[in-house]
Amino acid sequence: MSESKTPAPAAGPGRTTEELIEEAPFTATAAANVPSAQAAGGRSFLPKSTLLRHLLIVLLSAVGAVILLEVTDPFTNSQLASLTYYAIAAGGLTVLTGLNGQISLGHGALMAVGAYTTALFLQTERGEDPLPLPLILLVSVLTATVVGALVGVAAARLHGPYLAGATLALAVGLPGLAVYFQGTFGGDQGLRVRAPQPPDVFTNFIDLVSGASATGTKWLAYLGTICLLITYFLLANLMRSRIGRTWRAVRDQEVAAELAGINLGTWRVLAFVVSAAAAGLAGGVMALVVRLAAPTNFTLVLSLALLTAIVLGGLGSLLGALLGSALLVFLPPFVTDLGADLGLDSTEAAQIAPLVYGVVLIVAMIFAPAGFVGTLRLRWMTARAKRATAGRAADRG
Amino acid sequence: MGPLAQPPPHSGSQPFEERTPTARLEMTGISVAFGGVAALSDVSLAVEPGQVHGLIGPNGAGKTTLFNVACGLVRPNAGRITWRDQELRRLKPSQLSKLGISRTLQGVGLFAGLTVLENVMVGAHRHAKAGFFSALLALPTADKDDRLLRERATQALVELGAEGYAGRYPGSLPYPVQKRVALARALVADPELLLLDEPASGLAEDEMHELGELIRALSSRMSVLLVEHHMDLVMKVCDRITVLDSGKQIAAGTPAEVQADPAVTEAYLGDDVDVEADAAELAATDGGRAND
Repeated sequence: MSESKTPAPAAGPGRTTEELIEEAPFTATAAANVPSAQAAGGRSFLPKSTLLRHLLIVLLSAVGAVILLEVTDPFTNSQLASLTYYAIAAGGLTVLTGLNGQISLGHGALMAVGAYTTALFLQTERGEDPLPLPLILLVSVLTATVVGALVGVAAARLHGPYLAGATLALAVGLPGLAVYFQGTFGGDQGLRVRAPQPPDVFTNFIDLVSGASATGTKWLAYLGTICLLITYFLLANLMRSRIGRTWRAVRDQEVAAELAGINLGTWRVLAFVVSAAAAGLAGGVMALVVRLAAPTNFTLVLSLALLTAIVLGGLGSLLGALLGSALLVFLPPFVTDLGADLGLDSTEAAQIAPLVYGVVLIVAMIFAPAGFVGTLRLRWMTARAKRATAGRAADRG
Repeated sequence: MGPLAQPPPHSGSQPFEERTPTARLEMTGISVAFGGVAALSDVSLAVEPGQVHGLIGPNGAGKTTLFNVACGLVRPNAGRITWRDQELRRLKPSQLSKLGISRTLQGVGLFAGLTVLENVMVGAHRHAKAGFFSALLALPTADKDDRLLRERATQALVELGAEGYAGRYPGSLPYPVQKRVALARALVADPELLLLDEPASGLAEDEMHELGELIRALSSRMSVLLVEHHMDLVMKVCDRITVLDSGKQIAAGTPAEVQADPAVTEAYLGDDVDVEADAAELAATDGGRAND
């Protein structure tokens, strides 16, 4: 027990220097995964209980988010609001793809389910109050969960390119339903969403923190942040528990997992359901932030963007999903501004953004195939192994 | 026994409690055909409680197929499997662990993205109690449950002398250590029957000797069914041996009986002798001398 707790690998019988150097996991896909909490051990400065540790991180992140939202201008606030829904969806997708090894090109469609649910519930007759917002978002999550479960049952039988194909059909087909049922879903125009007014609690809170005006944009950014923190808290709990470990086992070695008593289908469907729930919430937040639920918002491009975000960030890492989403939101405007500063006209500047995004993607795949977080973790583990080797050599010395 | 017969109450709450094995595996009249090719025809064998049963035969004899039938990876065209006096119908691999049967794979089949300790913890899956929602909310029960699994897994690693590798990833470990981890993962489920598929492949002489002693020690608390090419190991550790050739059972009995059987010698020396069969035959005679 004590040996497994020490961060540096302890000297076991029959271990050689060469073994210690090769400390890192071989597969790039798993490089960004943290071991489950009880199997990791050795983090003395954080609480031992998973609940306390994760609550502490959520609390610190919340403080950080408030500071960030208060020091930035309204435009950045709205960008951060976009970041929250991308990050929520990417977090769910990284559980599915990174931990369970299932690819989904259909998460944009699952977001659409959440977005339309939110939009429909917010549409009320004049003078009538809609349901409370948390309840509406919860219903959006549940609707997306049901759709996700149906897709998951089909997906559990498919692999690799076949699964990609099936979910692709979802991404292409589902927004079409909105056009077909024009009466309910508003056709190509979509449904306009009137975002609810910020509650008094929020106005008082902003007044207390910074004295700035509690605008609707700011409220949406805060709302998205709250949803993001709750989602990541729950997802992190799952990832660090037996559930996440079992998902990774199913991803790595099907037969061995089955022999350990794991029903592959059940666990695959579970991963799909969890990830669909996150996509549903993301869709709900997106509908509120862009104030519209329309088919053009949920094209295949959205699904692909989510997938590139989690690959760039590091598969199976929530921090990676957040960083990847940030790149998705902040890189294009940054490049466009840069282009304008360099004397390009506005069309040219706008065109250069996808190009740079593509170049970043290619460079990352060449030099950091494990993503930001995965690459850093591999480096860290290799360095740790080298230190341990050096330490042992000195002991022998 | 009829379908109403109750299985004996299973006690698996304590890790590795000492118990006398009582469960018996019986496979009767198993036939498997892949397309038109008969891989197994009318093979029967019984693994008695607490016995080490060897399954040998030249390459392509159907040993692994029979193994796969025993754990539900291959469904037989005919025949029945009885475990704890109950017939197993439509057996699925994921049910094995609950039935008290563990199996190792021919390759090591470890989870590459999980640490050694996590690998073994997955093996203890059937002992986990905390469910999805306690994990989702990170309730203390989930933490406690995971701690118990971790203790159980650590104990299994200690038993196999691999606890020093707990935090490492399988890909960075030498092959014999990986094999030990795979064995720990099978043992941590506390099975009553252990199916070992070529546990000695890739091991050095002294490691194989250790493995033989370990298997003998295990037979005090479980039955073992063993597929192995190394004849000296098989002859040393097995109580009974079944010999397959081209999908048919050609001999069965104690190691001494099997060695004396002319059909066995013929099967191993058959018309087209390949290198491996040759080596196995040589090993068989070596083992014979050691035993006599």
